[in-house]
Amino acid sequence: MTDYDVVVVGAGPAGSIAAKTAAEKGLDVLLIEKRQEIGVPVRCAEGVSREGLEKFVNPDSKWIASEIENAEIISPSNHKVVLSAENAGNEVGYVLERKIFDRHLARLASKAGADVLTKTSAVSFKRENGTVKLGIRSMGEFSEITAKIVIGADGVESRVAKWAGIDTTLKLNEIESCVQYLMTNIDFDDDTTYFWVGRKYAPGGYIWLFPKGKDAANVGIGVMPSLAEKSAKWYLDRFIEEHFPDGEIVEVVVGGVPVKGAIDTAVADNVMLAGDAARHTDPITGGGIINAMSAGHHAAIAAYEAIEANDYSKEFLRKYDEKWKLDFGESLVRNKKLQEKMMRLDDPTLDRLAESLEGMPIEEMSVRRLAFELFKKHPRLLWDLREFIV
Amino acid sequence: MKKLIVNRYRCGYCGACVAVCKFNANELVETYLEIYEDKCTLCQACVRTCPMNALEVVE
Repeated sequence: MTDYDVVVVGAGPAGSIAAKTAAEKGLDVLLIEKRQEIGVPVRCAEGVSREGLEKFVNPDSKWIASEIENAEIISPSNHKVVLSAENAGNEVGYVLERKIFDRHLARLASKAGADVLTKTSAVSFKRENGTVKLGIRSMGEFSEITAKIVIGADGVESRVAKWAGIDTTLKLNEIESCVQYLMTNIDFDDDTTYFWVGRKYAPGGYIWLFPKGKDAANVGIGVMPSLAEKSAKWYLDRFIEEHFPDGEIVEVVVGGVPVKGAIDTAVADNVMLAGDAARHTDPITGGGIINAMSAGHHAAIAAYEAIEANDYSKEFLRKYDEKWKLDFGESLVRNKKLQEKMMRLDDPTLDRLAESLEGMPIEEMSVRRLAFELFKKHPRLLWDLREFIV
Repeated sequence: MKKLIVNRYRCGYCGACVAVCKFNANELVETYLEIYEDKCTLCQACVRTCPMNALEVVE
């Protein structure tokens, strides 16, 4: 039996940053990934903000597929509103190559001193003498390891959360069901991300196009199961038939994105959750990479402090809850409320809003201008959204 | 007798179905979706969530 201070389950951005940070603090760290390849299969649209990313890593052309300047929002009747990337939310600065990016982060964790095991799953969890006995299946061989702290960064399907007794089960209005194709033979501006909104396209979600270099793009969809009558793939295929009939699909990506908003707590005795496992994804954009990396960092620091204090209790680990809530928890709460209001907008309303803003020069597009147009066209809607735009 | 089945040729092993199952009746093991019939209540939350329409309740 091997002893570790911290075992991190899942080598996505949350897990690798947690492992790297904990190792840098001098802790004995094991990072396990159930898949045989880190970063594969991808489950992500791969958009990320520049500022957020650069807090954690120096951008590298090996894993940045595109740099984005503009975002174009397209209404059901094809009215277009163009925003600069910085005004369009925090997921449109870079488009990553996640297969390479995730491996890069895992290598940073390894370089910092963490042990890394792939094709290795956590299969059982038992608290014993104040620590956790974790059953591990690595390439078919079962063993047990003890950990003072387990960081569950095991994604939307987190088992660690369930073992620890943290109920993160998603309702049908708390998840986006997503499919994405990497497509070639389609026309787009390679410095622009595109978002098609409205129930016509994607009930409870949107369709996106994120460039990946000059000749390929991620074209994907998220739909909310509580509102959608068909599968995400059905809606995406219908859209592609209409918009990109000559496009070729060279890769299929499938995912579930948690849009629950902030959970009450991401901690239990000996356990912290980070990233998708903790539902740390933005309910409006569905973006989660930066929050995941931030959460991983905070969890590792809390683990270090817990080990210094020799206290792995839920009460002590609440420090981690405080940190992620202070960092981005408020935006999760706020954006969940906004998302619920936006869900109620029908397609004619979206069209009228987009029409009133169409053609406006990018430099004149601001939140204040948006509020003014909203007030002119839809005073009642402005009242509904007042807390978000003042 | 009804049961939940997965079309493994269609499944994208994304884990969305696991995230919405409150009965722990499924598990994504690497890229293989396990369904535990003894726990499944046939509520079909997973069927509605699957992006690929890979899950189905059959007789």
